[in-house]
Amino acid sequence: MFDLTGKTALVTGATGGLGAAIARSLHAQGAKVVLSGTRESVLAELAAELGAKRPDSAFIVAANLSDAAQVDGLVAKAEAVAGSGLDILIANAGITRDGLILRMKDEDWETVIKVNLEAYFRLARAATKGMMKRRHGRIIGITSIVGVTGNPGQTNYAASKAGMIGFSKALAQEVASRNITVNCIAPGFIASPMTDELNEAQRAAILAKIPAGALGEGSDIAAAAVYLASAEAGYVTGQTLHVNGGMAMI
Amino acid sequence: MSEVLERVRKIVIDHLDADPDKVTEKASFIDDLEADSLDIVELVMAFEEEFDIEIPDDSAEHILTVGDAVSYIDGKLKS
Repeated sequence: MFDLTGKTALVTGATGGLGAAIARSLHAQGAKVVLSGTRESVLAELAAELGAKRPDSAFIVAANLSDAAQVDGLVAKAEAVAGSGLDILIANAGITRDGLILRMKDEDWETVIKVNLEAYFRLARAATKGMMKRRHGRIIGITSIVGVTGNPGQTNYAASKAGMIGFSKALAQEVASRNITVNCIAPGFIASPMTDELNEAQRAAILAKIPAGALGEGSDIAAAAVYLASAEAGYVTGQTLHVNGGMAMI
Repeated sequence: MSEVLERVRKIVIDHLDADPDKVTEKASFIDDLEADSLDIVELVMAFEEEFDIEIPDDSAEHILTVGDAVSYIDGKLKS
């Protein structure tokens, strides 16, 4: 089950912990992966790690997702370096520019919407073209629990993540007849270099809200991505899979 | 039969997996050839690629039959 042999996946934000975990898991299931991000040396390191396990199975395309032209060209570049059409798009790249609304600058709003939401639209549009011709595709947006529950200080981020969910539902209806599914994964609180820096009191306050009593791991999200990318999930579309230890039950 | 018609017919037959006998100039994509709205978008994109032209949305809306496509493309190629 969940075999991805012969499939090609593009993972954006692959330099981050979550993106790298997703790329590793898709690769472990047999997929060819194209890693995208801004830091080329980090991408190269991950590609070397995965390539050592299986030759010609990991490629990199550096891209800055706040640049529309780079985003528009990313899918074609990924297909060119991998030498195959894209089967799986994982739109994982995301940024935050937190601030209470009275202090939120136009630029903080615009940048977050551009990188988190607009880039998802541009990538999905580019990917859909080939997927429709090939009559197969998996588009997966990594959104956030915050897009559904809200969070003070994150009006921009929450709007971008909620936007991804609405976008995915509309696109899912457009392309369902072509055997293309479009779904989101909404992580809750995931362990990261940022959460490692929380003090004990902050940590305890967060854990008190999570019935599972622990932060999530990148591998928890990666497993959800493998499922949604698989042939077995072909009847699942327009959905948001919440992976949050019970922090919100929606 | 014009060359444009032949190329349009080939795209339509390939794309819609249609019976070549049914793909006449009068054939309506939706009513006769069982195309859906997504097929129409794909066909228009395929025409754009094949003939290296741009078909704006408001023109595409009026391309309902094989003949419509041929006369639109003919007009574009001559202009």
